Amino acid sequence: MMFNDSLISNSDTRSLSSSQKEELIENVKQQIAIANAQELITKMSEKCFKKCILKPGASLDNSEQKCVAMCMDRYLETWNLVSKSYQIRIQHEKDRN
Amino acid sequence: MTDIFSSDQSISSSLPDSKEVDAELQQFLLIERERAKIQAQIHEFSDICWDKCMDKPGNKLDSRTETCLANCVDRFIDVSLLIANRFSQMVQKNSGNF
Repeated sequence: MMFNDSLISNSDTRSLSSSQKEELIENVKQQIAIANAQELITKMSEKCFKKCILKPGASLDNSEQKCVAMCMDRYLETWNLVSKSYQIRIQHEKDRN
Repeated sequence: MTDIFSSDQSISSSLPDSKEVDAELQQFLLIERERAKIQAQIHEFSDICWDKCMDKPGNKLDSRTETCLANCVDRFIDVSLLIANRFSQMVQKNSGNF
């Protein structure tokens, strides 16, 4: 995971100034966002290659490129929809307990 | 998959002692770690449910696909809960031996 424990345990964080702390927090947030984007790109490449490139030719032809663009949009939509469904389910489970 | 919903115990125990770490930072990391876990779960669901529900990608998600995706997430969670429960029953019955 991205939170390497060494980040917080190697130095005494009580001695951080508040601006250093802010910087650290921003840094961690940014790293998380990058990791998330990378994961998305990896998944989309894999999924859209599978869907759109049936037989790899000498170059990406026009229809393949269009397919990939559309596939990417749909994957992002899928991600958002899945995210929403999951959050709703989490809320349901919390309400039940 | 046993921690689809939450796992506060495992989080707090895996972070350094609160005496060593600034409370505000610790709180921030707890929240971000939980958020990252949920996000990883969403990536996994998207992967699985895309394969189950998506035909040829069109101009928009049709309502049939949207329903399929929402059901897919819920049923996947049902299955993992069912399996976790049944597994723990099996373990109990066999008093620890499979």
